[in-house]
Amino acid sequence: MTARSRSQQKGDSIVGTTKVTAEPGLPFIDIERAFDAPRELLYRAYTDPQLLVQWLGPRRLEMKIDRYELRDGGQWRYTHNEADGTAYGFHGVFHGTPSPDGIVQTFEFEGAPGHVSLDSLTFEERDGRTIVRAHSAYQSVEARDAMVEAGMQTGLDEGFARLDELIARQAAPVG
Amino acid sequence: MTPDRLDAVFGALADPTRRAILARLAEGDANVAELTTPFRMSQPAISKHLKVLEGAGLISRSRQATARFSHLEAEPLREATDWLARYRAYWEESHTRLDALLAALQHDQRDRPG
Repeated sequence: MTARSRSQQKGDSIVGTTKVTAEPGLPFIDIERAFDAPRELLYRAYTDPQLLVQWLGPRRLEMKIDRYELRDGGQWRYTHNEADGTAYGFHGVFHGTPSPDGIVQTFEFEGAPGHVSLDSLTFEERDGRTIVRAHSAYQSVEARDAMVEAGMQTGLDEGFARLDELIARQAAPVG
Repeated sequence: MTPDRLDAVFGALADPTRRAILARLAEGDANVAELTTPFRMSQPAISKHLKVLEGAGLISRSRQATARFSHLEAEPLREATDWLARYRAYWEESHTRLDALLAALQHDQRDRPG
């Protein structure tokens, strides 16, 4: 049994657990999360700019949406903003008409220009709960890794930052 | 790091107890008894976690007299935390915020007549 199939069994859409899968050798990332809400509401939270800014991204960054044209060929752009004014921009285009059945869009982090992913989102309602699945297809495995790495410089999680400090201390030459 | 090893590292890091053990080991080597105390877990439970961490290359274990000491191997951890773990943390935090928003929206809907 591979590590992947083990982790898939373990993380089967439990509410409150975000499952992220990045298969070795394939340029994809899959995210799966179950929410205690009907699908229409999830779709609204994902597509209403006034709601989107209330949850997307780290709490300490303010999200601003410059553009959000929810239609086939419509463009979107938002920034995550630090208190000191530093802004991290993201933009893309919707492909096909977005609906609760699914959203297809391109996604580009402006800190890694040219690394574009094609993201497909689906909302599946089951017993009053909704499973959201996001499948991102990158241009190559290398592009996926570079994009994720670059993008995550912005979302530096404090828990990991603390762990990083401990590791840095541990790895530093003694004396 | 090979992709399989990276998978093993992410699997090992997915558990909060194992992350806490790593944070403890970053302060210095420890034997099972020393690791068991802060976690309120049985020694066999801690040993199981240590086995997973060792399998992922995140720790190495050595025997001194009757005790086995665990030692943090920092390099694979650094690679993993720089990479997908942060991506996951980004989404985990966003989704937790979304949980709260959805609860508030549903509360509003219930309160509104009609």
